[in-house]
Amino acid sequence: MSKIEINNIYKIFGNKPQSIMPMVRDGATKDDVLEQTGHTVGLDNVSLKIEEGETFVCMGLSGSGKSTLIRHINRLIDPTEGEIHIDGTNIMNCNPEELIDWRRNRISMVFQRFGLFPHKTVMQNVGYGLEMQGKSEEDRDKIAMEKIEAVGLNGFENQFPNQLSGGMQQRVGLARALATNSDIMLMDEAFSALDPLIRSDMQKQLIDLQSELKKTIIFITHDLDESLRLGDHIGILNAGKLVQVGTPIDIIMKPADDYVKAFVKDVNRARVIKAKIIMKKANEVNGIDKSNLIKVQEDQFIEEFLPQIVCTSANCEVVDKSGNVKGYITNKELQESLTKY
Amino acid sequence: MFKNKKNLFNLSLLGIFIWLLITSYNSSKRKPETVGELFKDFSWLSDWPKWLDLPLMPFINKWFKALNENYGFIFEAINNFLLFLLMGLKNFLVQAPWPLVIIGVVILAYYASGKKIKTTVSVGFCTFFIGFLHPRFWDKAIETTSIMLISIFLCLIIGVPIGIWMSRANRVREKILPILDLMQTIPAFVYLIPGIMLFGLGAVPAIIATFIYAVPPLVRLTDLGIRLVDTEVTEAADAFGASKKQKLWGVQIPLALPNIMQGVNQCTMMALSMVVIASMIGTRGLGDEVLLGLQQLNVGRAAEAGIAIVLLAIVLDRITQSYGETLQERNSPVKKEKK
Repeated sequence: MSKIEINNIYKIFGNKPQSIMPMVRDGATKDDVLEQTGHTVGLDNVSLKIEEGETFVCMGLSGSGKSTLIRHINRLIDPTEGEIHIDGTNIMNCNPEELIDWRRNRISMVFQRFGLFPHKTVMQNVGYGLEMQGKSEEDRDKIAMEKIEAVGLNGFENQFPNQLSGGMQQRVGLARALATNSDIMLMDEAFSALDPLIRSDMQKQLIDLQSELKKTIIFITHDLDESLRLGDHIGILNAGKLVQVGTPIDIIMKPADDYVKAFVKDVNRARVIKAKIIMKKANEVNGIDKSNLIKVQEDQFIEEFLPQIVCTSANCEVVDKSGNVKGYITNKELQESLTKY
Repeated sequence: MFKNKKNLFNLSLLGIFIWLLITSYNSSKRKPETVGELFKDFSWLSDWPKWLDLPLMPFINKWFKALNENYGFIFEAINNFLLFLLMGLKNFLVQAPWPLVIIGVVILAYYASGKKIKTTVSVGFCTFFIGFLHPRFWDKAIETTSIMLISIFLCLIIGVPIGIWMSRANRVREKILPILDLMQTIPAFVYLIPGIMLFGLGAVPAIIATFIYAVPPLVRLTDLGIRLVDTEVTEAADAFGASKKQKLWGVQIPLALPNIMQGVNQCTMMALSMVVIASMIGTRGLGDEVLLGLQQLNVGRAAEAGIAIVLLAIVLDRITQSYGETLQERNSPVKKEKK
């Protein structure tokens, strides 16, 4: 069973969303619906499975419904139709108290523009979720301090958010989400408002934290590089529809349609493709010129071994950590794999 | 379904209008002998006909009289309660030695302004000058201030909850906004006079009139303040499982406080201007000095009292305004160096 299962979610914004449902189900496009009825289709028959402990990245342009989708998981937005199961419980059947309980203990959230409380200190902000859980101030401060240290903000705990820079504020947001010890973390364009250097820093920090914590993270972004770097699986949304779900390599190597193609066309492929992805397995290869071979590790990115090969016409021999030959990449295959669509 | 309801509503409005026309015709003493005459002699088309007169005045008079006779005890009770509060406050301030009162105001200003010396000193001087202008003004200023404080207290306990309620439900907002418009545009004398009839001459009708006049800005700014709280911040409160109550008290009200304080400031200023008008229905205080000066054509006396009112206004404005500013500085998103 998957950790989170989203089944056939529809979300329509407007005065009478129910009345538009038949039209949307019959396959009317977003533009048609808007023109004819004045309703906006937020999500159109989205189904997803998210596994425990993975980072699922949801990607799309602005207006594609990604922020709407993530808000369904903790029901900040209720769907017009559809079910959301977490650990097998349909959270659509929760009453308000149960829902509050879910939000306090199981799901935390990080916001694009941080969503910090300007009238509370960093410490109080980080401890907010714990306060909602009903923990004593002593416990709160102790856990909050741990998390503040984990995101590297020691010494700032008594400052107010407006005294911190953007990157530091988002660290507070991250620490606040970590503090509740929830198993699911929603991140709504969490790093989009930060400048590139700090963003890359924060991505690294998230990867490090995640390798220890193994939370189920749903991450929203419009940045493909970010999604390739963070995501175990990536889902691409276009105009409220889920166009493709797959691993980063699937998305790059086999884009499902023109929309996805347009997304991946500018990506630096050498940076995201590993040797083992494009190699031909050793037992399937025959007739390869083995006179001029360069050894590469199977987990190396193309970028890392490309400089050695680029000026020669050598082929690559892919080996695993203990040196066993796993497969080969011919010079031609290497060229093809880097060619853009 | 929706359209039908609207049609029904419009039809009933039309019905009420026709009913009003017929009642006004029937109740008029100057209507023609028979209805038929209207179709022979068309002179009623040139001037507004005398019989086309809505009998609102006799209706309100009758209603008001019945209210006074049957429910007088309620107003009596309100009257006694407010008078009790007012007398308590006034007597306390009048009997306290004046230097102590000034020191009290100065201390209040010091803490409200976030320990700004300049504001504190100017407030202290203004307070001193009220008595310095004319010894009689000191007690009168206290009387005026007491009436205002009681009115503002009423405004706070009634206006702020209404503002919060409005911010939470659009339907409530739609209904309350026109009432606020009415309260702000209707001339003060229209409710001052009935106030006298219900509560008698003196301070209590002044308190009620001041309340009606001064509460709308407070309600509006409370509503606006809560609506202006960043949606992401309220979403964050929701996302971490805050209940409605926790969200309101822990996030929305603290963040709306600068706006609410602005509302209190506006409320104070409007209350002060109303207290002066209320002197015309026999409320004692600084306004009554202005009135006396005008009646005696004593320009100097009226001016002196006018200056005292301005000074009182400055004192109250500085204290409430600077408190709002102190709050705002803390909540502003601008990065600020730590002192």
